[in-house]
Amino acid sequence: MFYLMAAYTGTADSGRPNAGGLSTKRLLGKPGEVADKRMTEDEVVARLRTGMTIGIGGWGARRKPMSLVRAILRSGLRDLTIVSYGGPDVGLLCAAGKVKRLVYGFVSLDSIPLEPHFRAARESGTVDVTEYDEGMLQWALYAASLRLPFLPTRAGLGSDVMRLNPELRTVASPYADGEELLAVPALPLDAALIHLNRADAAGNAQILGPDLYFDDLFATAAEHAYVSCERIVPTGELLAEGGIASLRIHRWMTEGVVEAPNGAHFTSCAPDYERDEEFQRGYASAAADPAKWAQFTAAYLRGSEADYQRAVASQAGLAAPTVLP
Amino acid sequence: MSGATRAEVCAVACAEAWRGDGEIVASSFGVIPTIGARLARATFAPDLLLSDGEATFVTGCWAVGEPPDGPAEGWVPFRTVFDILAAGQRHVMMGPSQIDRFGNVNISAIGDYARPARQLIGMRGAPGNTVNHPTSYWVPRHQPRTFVRRVDVISGVGYDSAAAAGPAASRFHDLRRVVTNLAVLDFRSPDHAMRLVSVHPGVSVAEVVASTGFDLAVDGDVPPTRLPTPEELRLIRDVIDPRGLRYGEVP
Repeated sequence: MFYLMAAYTGTADSGRPNAGGLSTKRLLGKPGEVADKRMTEDEVVARLRTGMTIGIGGWGARRKPMSLVRAILRSGLRDLTIVSYGGPDVGLLCAAGKVKRLVYGFVSLDSIPLEPHFRAARESGTVDVTEYDEGMLQWALYAASLRLPFLPTRAGLGSDVMRLNPELRTVASPYADGEELLAVPALPLDAALIHLNRADAAGNAQILGPDLYFDDLFATAAEHAYVSCERIVPTGELLAEGGIASLRIHRWMTEGVVEAPNGAHFTSCAPDYERDEEFQRGYASAAADPAKWAQFTAAYLRGSEADYQRAVASQAGLAAPTVLP
Repeated sequence: MSGATRAEVCAVACAEAWRGDGEIVASSFGVIPTIGARLARATFAPDLLLSDGEATFVTGCWAVGEPPDGPAEGWVPFRTVFDILAAGQRHVMMGPSQIDRFGNVNISAIGDYARPARQLIGMRGAPGNTVNHPTSYWVPRHQPRTFVRRVDVISGVGYDSAAAAGPAASRFHDLRRVVTNLAVLDFRSPDHAMRLVSVHPGVSVAEVVASTGFDLAVDGDVPPTRLPTPEELRLIRDVIDPRGLRYGEVP
């Protein structure tokens, strides 16, 4: 374990956390063993830097790595570029003043269409934005994942995505069709944060719900990807709850794994739990009112993740959050 | 059949959007379009594929606001939806906050984009949908602030914008119809400007024109929107929307 910690410390101390890159990762395991990548939320955040471009997995208010987002709220990080199929992750980071630029296709709480903090940030002009079609965002992450400069698409042509992002270019097909398509530029990420149902200590992660969304592309577009999960299990038990096709995040993609039971709260993490709609309604109503937001912050966001989970569990009239045996 | 409510006329008008589409995915946003898609499949468009709103294609006909009761027939995570739309095998009905004469649609932001008076949900898939496969729109409140001369942000691509962007944008561009609480409209005029197709029973042409913030193409006598059949009314009332959620959109 000391071997492992030394390697991680070296990485975290360098100015650009990727200084070691893959070669650092290859040193992590002891001979004959796979590296143990377990860490806490705060250890993940200690490896992030102000000004980074950070991708956040999930979709809207679904399977967001909220415990990692909450750890960023507690940190001194700022001036972040956040890339997200946005939900309350985007709202909370905007409200805390952590965001310089947002790259998104939409920001929504799903059952509540508009995210109040995102709205406030946009309507006060306090964040820069790169707004894409949601398929363009996938293409941008996929291009970065494949180390290609761009990927062509029809999506965006004729829309104001082109006018509002004047750096975008088209590309002519070199073949007989000659079609001129939008060249979506690769969007490499400094770091990615994703939340899945299960993982092992080596950083393999498993999706048990119906949709991976684009979490694999966030991980592979990033120099450093961190996965939180509901429960860390021995590698040999990963197939107990899902088939081989559920093992979609591989350890070569990830640098750290965090056990975060109820870590996606208040977003959904099916089948472990659904979205906490009542909590989300409270969040949205507090977010629309500065006095209530101060109360919300005091009740939920001042302390540690354990404090948050205790506060959620102790809400009057509500059962404790679902934690599987 | 007499006794059909305005919301029921609207649901049937939405269903009609998917008539003749064959074996493609019908995607709907909003209660009445969702009723329409399920109604279309249960009657005249049996080959449509419908999702549960998450990641499953489901068979059968079930109530809005309730989980499906039919067997699953396919796994359709968002990535697959993106593939389907690029393949053109989908017809979506979306809800614009602003729509103009050539079918440009705004779901992104109202006012100055740098500092909007009202931030909306964002582009979502509207740019890609509109240049890849048939698109229709549902507007539960037909009013001049929705039917505008010029949208503040082009999220969904209209005919003039597609033409200006070139062949790659217009090749698969196909805006089918706009259903509102007052009327049915389409773009089958010589220059693809929005045209009044029918007015719902009890609505006058003058009322639709006055509720539209640009010049609407109106040729000759405008017929009334067709009424639901008895079987359609039974399906809407007993099977697809027994709780009356449609009246939340069109009272």
